[in-house]
Amino acid sequence: MDQQFIVNLVVQIIIAGVVATALMLAFAAMTVVERKLLGRFTLRYGPNRVGKFGSLQVVADMFKMFFKEEVIPDHVDRLVYLIAPGLALVPAMMAFAVVPIASRSFVLPFEIFGSTITVNPWIADINVGILYILAIGSLGTYGVILGGWSSNNKYSLLGGMRTSAQMLSYELPMGMALLSVILLVGSIQLTDIVEFQASRWGGFFWIILFQPIAFIIFFICGLAEAGRSPFDLPETENELIAGFFTEYGGMKFGLFFGAEYVHMIVLSFIISTIFLGGWAGPFAQEVPLLGIGYLLIKVAFIIFLMIWVRASTPRVRFDKLMKFCWKFLLPLSIANAAVTALVIAVFFF
Amino acid sequence: MIKEALTGSIEIARAMGVTIKYLFKKPVTNQFPSEPVEVYPRFRGRHVLKRYDNGLERCIGCSLCAAACPTDCIHVEAAENTDEERHSPGERYAKVYDINMLRCIFCGYCEEACPTQAIVLEHDFTLAEYSRWDAIYTKERLLEPHNPSHIVIRDDEVFVDLPIWGKK
Repeated sequence: MDQQFIVNLVVQIIIAGVVATALMLAFAAMTVVERKLLGRFTLRYGPNRVGKFGSLQVVADMFKMFFKEEVIPDHVDRLVYLIAPGLALVPAMMAFAVVPIASRSFVLPFEIFGSTITVNPWIADINVGILYILAIGSLGTYGVILGGWSSNNKYSLLGGMRTSAQMLSYELPMGMALLSVILLVGSIQLTDIVEFQASRWGGFFWIILFQPIAFIIFFICGLAEAGRSPFDLPETENELIAGFFTEYGGMKFGLFFGAEYVHMIVLSFIISTIFLGGWAGPFAQEVPLLGIGYLLIKVAFIIFLMIWVRASTPRVRFDKLMKFCWKFLLPLSIANAAVTALVIAVFFF
Repeated sequence: MIKEALTGSIEIARAMGVTIKYLFKKPVTNQFPSEPVEVYPRFRGRHVLKRYDNGLERCIGCSLCAAACPTDCIHVEAAENTDEERHSPGERYAKVYDINMLRCIFCGYCEEACPTQAIVLEHDFTLAEYSRWDAIYTKERLLEPHNPSHIVIRDDEVFVDLPIWGKK
C-alpha cells in the first residue's frame, strides 16, 4: 500500500470515470443519430424541430426524463427491481475496458507527487482479453432475467425468459467465431490482435479479409446479444407488451434503454478492434491521434451497419430465432473454426 | 439448410439495398408550417361567406343551410333589408350567422343547399383555438376573404408526376 499503488489506483479510477461518462454521452448522442438515420432510411426526416437538424433533441429528451415521476409498483420485489437496470448497464460498459485506442508503444509517462505513472491508451491490457469480453457479455443476461422476474408479472417473466434464452444461445457462435480469429493471431490479448493487424500491409492487414464468415457470424450474434433488430423481441412494443421491462418507467426504463445502446456502441468498438484493425491504418503508429480517428471511423461504420440492418429487416419470430442459432450459426461457426485450423496446419506449419 | 440461408441472405441484401437507396432520396415529408400543404380543388375546409361583385352579400338568410346541416351547427337569424341599409339584393339578409366549427363535420351539405352559393367550403384546415367560444365563427369572421399562405391548391396533374408513384 505504498504511494505508487495509491496514485496508480486513483488515476485508473479517474480514467474509468471519464470513459464511463463518455460512453453515456455517446449513448445520448446515439439516440438522436439512430432516430435520424432510421427516418432517412424510411424516406422521412428524423427529429428536426429542436435545434438545427435535431441536435438539441437529446437535451430535450434528457430534460423530460429527469422530471418523470419515480414510480415503483407495489407488487414488485423491491431490491431486485431496483438493481436490475444497473446490472444490465454496467456489464455493457465494462466490456470497453480492454479496447486499445492507440499503439502499445505510445504510452504517456508523467510525474505526480513524486511517483511516475504511465497512462496507457487502454484501461486494462489483460492477457485474456477476448475471454473477458465473452464473460462480461454473459453477465449482461442477469439484468434482463432479474428485471423480468422481479416485476412479478407473467408477461415480464416470459419476456425475460425469452430474452435471456436468446442472449445465452447467441454467445456460443460468438465464441466460436472468435476462436477462428484467435487461431489466426495466436493470442487472445486484444492489443496483440491489433498489433498483428497494424504491422503488415501498411496497416490494412485486417482480419475481416481472412475471416469474412466469422465477421458476419460475430456481427449477427452481437446484434442478438444487444437485443437489436431483427432480434428485438425483448423490446417489441406490440408483442408481449414491452417484454421484460413492462413495469419499468422513467429513469429505470432509461437505464435499460441505455444498456441496449451502450451494448451496441461497445460491440461496435470490439468488432472494429478485432475484425477491422482497431486503430490500424496508414501512419497510425507515428501519429496516435490518427489512430483514434481511424478507430472512430470504423466504429461509426459498424454503428451505421447496425442501424441499416434494423431499418431493413423484419423481426424474427422467437422459435425461428432459436432454430437459426442452434441449427445454423453454431455448426457454421464450428465448421469455420475447423477449416481455419486445417488451413493453418497444412499451409503454415 | 444452406440453400435456405443463401436465399435468405439474398433477400436481406435486397431489402438493405432498398433502404440504402432511400437514404439518398429526398424525404417525402411535408414540413408543414414552413412548406405549404397542397390540397385538391374540391377539398372541404373552412367555410367562407361570399359576396357578389358589386359588394352586396350573397346570403339572404333563408336558413336552407341550417336545415340541411346534419349536426345543426349553423344558426341563422334573418332580418329585413331596408333601402338605406342594404346588405343583400332582395328582401332579407342574415343578421346573425354562426357556425360552430366544433360540431361541423365538413360534409358540404350547406354548400349544396344554398340557393345563392353564399356559403362555400374553402381549403383551410388549421382551425384550432384555445377556447370553445372562439370556435363559434360569427358572420363577420366568415365574411372576410381568407387565403392563408400555408395552403396551396394543387393541380391534379402534380399527383401523377411524383417519382415515387412509379413514374421515373
